Amino acid sequence: MTAVPLGALRRHRLLILLGLALLTMGVTVASISIGAMRIPLPGVWSALVHPTGTEQDDVVRSLRLPRTAFGLLAGTALGMAGALVQGHTRNPLADPGLLGVTQGAAFAMVLSIFTLGVTDLRVYIWFGFAGALVASVAVFTLGSVGGGGATPITLALAGAAVSTLLHGLISGLVLLDQQALNVYRFWQAGAIAGRDARLLPQVLPFVLLGLFLALANAPGLNVLSLGEDVARSLGRRVGPTRALGIASITLLTGSAVAVCGALAFVGLIVPHVARALSGPDHRWLLPYSGLLGAILLLGADIAGRIVARPGELEVGIMLALIGGPFFIALVRRRKPVRL
Amino acid sequence: MRSPIPRTAPAGSVRTGGVSLTVRVARVSFRVRPRPITVALAGLGLLALLMALSVGRGDFPIGVGDVFRTLLGGEENRFVVMELRLPRALTGALVGAALGLSGAIAQAVARNPLASPDVLGVTSGASVAVVLVMITGGGYGGVSGLIATLGVPFAGLAGGLVAGIGVYLLAWRHGLDGYRLVLVGIGVTSIAANVKWWLLTIGDVDQASRAMVWITGSLNGRGWEHVRPVALALMLLIPLTLLGAHKLEALRLGDDSARGLGLRVDLARSLLVLAAVALAAVATASAGPVEFVALAAPQIALRLCGSTRPPLVGSLVVGAVLTVGADLIARTAFGGVELPVGVVTAVLGAPFLIYLLVRSRRKAT
Repeated sequence: MTAVPLGALRRHRLLILLGLALLTMGVTVASISIGAMRIPLPGVWSALVHPTGTEQDDVVRSLRLPRTAFGLLAGTALGMAGALVQGHTRNPLADPGLLGVTQGAAFAMVLSIFTLGVTDLRVYIWFGFAGALVASVAVFTLGSVGGGGATPITLALAGAAVSTLLHGLISGLVLLDQQALNVYRFWQAGAIAGRDARLLPQVLPFVLLGLFLALANAPGLNVLSLGEDVARSLGRRVGPTRALGIASITLLTGSAVAVCGALAFVGLIVPHVARALSGPDHRWLLPYSGLLGAILLLGADIAGRIVARPGELEVGIMLALIGGPFFIALVRRRKPVRL
Repeated sequence: MRSPIPRTAPAGSVRTGGVSLTVRVARVSFRVRPRPITVALAGLGLLALLMALSVGRGDFPIGVGDVFRTLLGGEENRFVVMELRLPRALTGALVGAALGLSGAIAQAVARNPLASPDVLGVTSGASVAVVLVMITGGGYGGVSGLIATLGVPFAGLAGGLVAGIGVYLLAWRHGLDGYRLVLVGIGVTSIAANVKWWLLTIGDVDQASRAMVWITGSLNGRGWEHVRPVALALMLLIPLTLLGAHKLEALRLGDDSARGLGLRVDLARSLLVLAAVALAAVATASAGPVEFVALAAPQIALRLCGSTRPPLVGSLVVGAVLTVGADLIARTAFGGVELPVGVVTAVLGAPFLIYLLVRSRRKAT
C-alpha cells in the first residue's frame, strides 16, 4: 500500500465506489423485474415512466417498487450503521443492534400491543422508533456515566446489558400475550415485502439525516480509532464525536428495524466485506458499507423469490443462508483486518 | 513439609483487591489471593441458602431449617423435598455453574468480554434443533408427548454440540486463533438465529408460544432424570477444566509468550474451547438457553474478585447463585404466573452488570 502514490490510491478507491454504485443499480432493476411474474426491462421502463394501468404496471408500481425501495433504504442504513458501530466500539462483533436499538424498538412495539392493543403497523412502528431512541440514549448515558466519557468497552457492555434486559422483558410479555408474540415473531424474522408504501416518505427524512451525520462523523472516527488519548492530543474532542456517531447509528438503525424488522445481520457482515475493499479509512468504508448493504439485502430478497417459485422465502432467512456462509468463508480465507 | 509462609506480593502484581500470599510447600510454590477464595466461599454459602429457600417455597411452604433437617435424613416432608423440589433447584445450580464456567473460558480464550457460549454457536444450535422438533413434532399430534420428554433434551444436546464443534472446525486454519473463532462463531450464530425465527413463523402461534418457553430457558418440571445427566457431565468436565486453568493463565499472556513458556498453544486452546462447548451444550439441553448467565457471571465474578481476568471458580459459583436466585423469583414473585427462569436472569442480571460497570468506573476515575 505504501508504495502506491496517493493519486493512484484515490483513483482505485473511486473505481471501486463506481463499481459498487453500478452493482446497486443493477440489483435495483433486477429486483423490480424478477419475481413470480417476470417483467422484462422494457416493461419495467414503461411501467415507471408512462403507466397504462395494465396488471404489469400495477405489480411494478404497487408491489415491486415499494419493496425495492424499502430494501435499498434498510440495506444502506444498516450497512452504514454497522460500519459506524464497529468503529465506535472497536469490536468486530458489534452489530447495529448492540447499542440496544433493535431490542428497544422491539420492546416498545410489544409493549404498545400488550398494553394499548395497537394493531396497525403504521402506528406501532412509531412506538418502535421511539423505543430505539430511548434505548440508545440509555446505553450512551450508562456507558459514559462516572466520568471519562463513553469508551468502546463500556459502550459495548452497557449495550449488551440493556439489550438483554429488554430481551428478557420481551420474552416475558410475549409469553403472556399471544397477539404480541404473533407480531413479534414476524418482526424478528424481518421482511421488506408487504410494507405499506406510505411509510416510505415518513421514515426517509430520518434515514437521510442519519446518512449525513454518518459521513460527517467519518473523519472524526478515523482520528478516534488511533486511541482516545492520541485523538485528544491531536485536538479532537472525543465526547461530541462519539455522540454524533451514536446519534447517526440510532437514526439509521431505528428507522430500518422499525419498518423492516430485525435485519441487523446486514450491519454485522457488510462492514467486514467493505473493510476488505477499503482498508480502515472510514471516509471510504462508510459509503462502501452503505452500498454493499443495499446490494446484499436486495440480492438476498431476489434470491428468495427465485428459489421457492412460485412462492418465496422471506429475506431474513435468505440473508442468513447467503450472507452467513459468505461471511464465514471470508473470515476463513484471509486474515481479517483488525479494528 | 514446611508450613505456608505468607508474603505480600510485589507492588503492581495485583490491580485491585489488595493482598496476595505466596504459599511454599516443599518445592512447589504458588500464589494465593484471599479475596477470590472469600468470594467463592461466600457464594457457596449464599447458594446453599438460596437452594434451601427455593426448596421451601411453593404451594406447601417448608421452613429453611426443616429443609436442611430433611436433607440430612429427616423423614418429614421427604417426598415434597426430595422428589418434587430438590431436583429443580439442583438442575438450576448445576446448569448455572456449567454456564458460568463455560462463559469464563470463552471470554478468556476469545479475550473479549462479549464472548459467551452463545458466540461459540452452542445455544443457537440447540435452539434451532429444539424449535424444529417442536414445530414439526407438533404436527404429528400423538408423537408430541414422547418428543416432549425424550426428543427435546436430546435435540438440544445434539444441536448444541453440532453447532459448537462446527464452529470450532470452521475456525481451525493452521491453528486456532481466538479472534477468528469469535468471528466464525458470530456467523454461525447469526445463521442459526435467523433460521430459528423463520421456523417460528412457520408453525401456528400456540406452537411458537411453547417453543418460546424453551428458547427463553426454563426449569419448570425438572426432575431427577434431568439432574443425573448434567451432574455426571459436570463431574467429568469441571475437574478437567480446572486442571487446564493454569494453561488458560499462560494463554492470556498472548500466543507468543505462551509458546515461549513451553505451552502447546493450539492444543491447549482446542481442549479448553471443546470443554466450554460441552459444558454449555449439556446445560442448554437440560434447561434451555438460560440467557445472560454465561455472559454476566464471569464479568460479575471478575469485579467481585477484583481480578483482571474472569476467575474460573468464581464464575462457576456466581453462575449457580444467579440461576437459582432467578428461578426462586421466577417461581414465586408473580403470584400464580410462573415465568421461565431466563426472563428473570436477563432482567436481574443486566442491572447488576450495569451497576458494577458504573461503580468500577467511579473508582477508576
